[in-house]
Amino acid sequence: MDFDFSEEQVAIRDTVRELVQDRVAPRAAEIDEKAEYPKDIEKLFAENGILGIPFPEQYGGISGSSVTICMAVEEIAKACATSSLILAVQALGSYPILMAGTEEQKKRLCPPLASGEKVAAYALSETGSGSDAAAMKTIANRHGNEYVLNGSKQFITGGSVAGTLVVFAQTDPAADHRGISAFVLERETSPWKAPKLEHKLGIRGSPTAELVFEDVKVPVENRLGEEGAGFKIALAVLDRSRPGIGAQALGIAEGAFDYALNYVKERHQFGQAISSFQGIQFMLADIATQIEAARHLVYRAATKVDTKAPDLTKIAAMAKLFASDMAMRVTTDCVQLLGGYGYISDYPVERMMRDAKITQIYEGTNQIQRVVIARALLK
Amino acid sequence: MRELAQSVVQPLAAEVDRDYRFPEEAVKAAGEAGLLGVLIPREYGGAGLDALAFAICIEELAQACASTSVIVDVHTSVGSEPILLFGTEEQKRRWLPRLASGELLGAFALTEPAAGSDAASLKMSARRNGGGYVLNGTKVFITNIGRAGLYVVFARTGEDKTAGISAFLVPSDTPGVRVGQLFKKMGLHGSPTGELVLEDAEVPSQNRLGAEGQGFTVAMRALDSGRIGISGQALGIGQAAVDESRALLAGRNRDQGDDFLLAEMVTRLESARLLAYHAAWLCGEGRPFTRQASMAKLHCTDTAMQVAVDAMQLAGEEGTISGSPFERHFRDAKALQIYEGSNQVQRIVIARQLLG
Repeated sequence: MDFDFSEEQVAIRDTVRELVQDRVAPRAAEIDEKAEYPKDIEKLFAENGILGIPFPEQYGGISGSSVTICMAVEEIAKACATSSLILAVQALGSYPILMAGTEEQKKRLCPPLASGEKVAAYALSETGSGSDAAAMKTIANRHGNEYVLNGSKQFITGGSVAGTLVVFAQTDPAADHRGISAFVLERETSPWKAPKLEHKLGIRGSPTAELVFEDVKVPVENRLGEEGAGFKIALAVLDRSRPGIGAQALGIAEGAFDYALNYVKERHQFGQAISSFQGIQFMLADIATQIEAARHLVYRAATKVDTKAPDLTKIAAMAKLFASDMAMRVTTDCVQLLGGYGYISDYPVERMMRDAKITQIYEGTNQIQRVVIARALLK
Repeated sequence: MRELAQSVVQPLAAEVDRDYRFPEEAVKAAGEAGLLGVLIPREYGGAGLDALAFAICIEELAQACASTSVIVDVHTSVGSEPILLFGTEEQKRRWLPRLASGELLGAFALTEPAAGSDAASLKMSARRNGGGYVLNGTKVFITNIGRAGLYVVFARTGEDKTAGISAFLVPSDTPGVRVGQLFKKMGLHGSPTGELVLEDAEVPSQNRLGAEGQGFTVAMRALDSGRIGISGQALGIGQAAVDESRALLAGRNRDQGDDFLLAEMVTRLESARLLAYHAAWLCGEGRPFTRQASMAKLHCTDTAMQVAVDAMQLAGEEGTISGSPFERHFRDAKALQIYEGSNQVQRIVIARQLLG
């Protein structure tokens, strides 16, 4: 087992780290307060090649490695969870193309994403179909050389700002989940509507959209894989994207811990720094241990994605489950370490606690992760 | 009580949270129903009920709206009870009827920027001046700031760390009393929190509560029973989260994982409730209850936070949308682990009680 990152990966991480400190961290509180999509950060990531990390060089990108994606997502999430989602969702929306696309599709669809000219999104969930993805109602009817899509999707991260959208729809409703197919919609030629954005507890700058498809035409050459292969693609994509959510959770926890650790060293009560009290020290030790354990699981899972290991489904689910539960506990404790100051928005840790909660829910709730893990154990 | 909470207080909860609005109507209705004088004896215009009844009232209010419950809790408990416990007959007659009726809202001003858990290191000064005292300094994290008509303020009359502290009743219209920064918080948006600034604020000697140097004792005793109120608040938030989870699960296909989580939430909450009621009962019986009140505050508030996180997990992504009660409970619950003695301080109190 290799615990070292390659020189190239470390170089990318250092670049991201510096950029985040200089440009993202100072914006984080405002992005949260205004609950506005940080278009400036998207542009910054595009200009600096960060949005190209999910793509191999032959498709215009700079990496394509899950480990590298996780390293970058983690770094960004330390300062701003909303901004880290821009990259995490770029990866999520691109995986279907990279995994199930033909060479022609990859060559055509990936470069504008890799350059950051466009961002991608992934539209699977519907109102009546969250954890039970196979219950979806969005339908795609074939007419000659195109499909016509009708229906709606719910809780689509970045769905309102994406230029490229991977949508899952029924092409054969009678066949249940074997009737689901995957399509790539490009905004210019297959426009969709985003009538409603949700106001949320956390990741407030990341637009969570309801998407509506009314007779949206998609050329046949934008179907990914065969008709009916969509559900398999959807699940395989989530296996690969889950380490990224684990990395996001990890970054949020680390960001909160960095802040709280400095705070307890500076804050004096009873004539000494509160870090000198054993009760506080035990909290610090527990937090650091939990973060370290989660980090190893996340990068182990990312390595398995990169090496296409046979048990990647199970380990990816474990990484997502463990890292997000850890982030929720750790950020709650970090607010506690700051006391009353932790609860007010002049300090960043309450934002991080609000941001952590969603990592237990999206890209497969932690209940679903347990189902996935148990199924892998019992099969 | 439950009817009032459900018919008047609960319908305002989402709006109060969304708009950071003081729940005027709810507090007024609570006053009319006698809830602002629960602990105040009948002879002073109150309902004359005991700590257990008080805890249950706060629990019912918190189940409907956590912001309203903390406003009423702070008023009733740490904002009024010290007068009942340490006030002269003259002070009781002067202030308690107005607090019981809701004409005046009470507040408690102990914490300072450098004196949080270490409350005895407070710096606010109270200098003797003729027939009274002149107070100078800044208090932070004051609940009911700007709304209270009377603040119970702790200030330094001497050098000794604890024996140099005295308590004062400071009406909000005293010259030199002003509201400083208001804090924007994660939750409890309807309950204003902020700084109380005193600049050469003069109070007469008859507004000193207890003897000179007795202030720290007043504060610690007030917080002992204050913790019963906070426990009630935690139970109310936890119960609301459980009830909403139950309604949610009743309407969908459940699996065993959902059932197990709900069972665990309810069991934790029930154990917390019994701990809180026991502490309240001891207090009402006039028996020692310091350790039990700290255990109740610690366990009830940790439980409320855990239950709020779990309920949101059951609700899934919909629970995270603003306006959903699930995300409100999550944000509201966190404050309870921090205020009226952080849960770290509760552990210190519990251990000290056990080890002497």
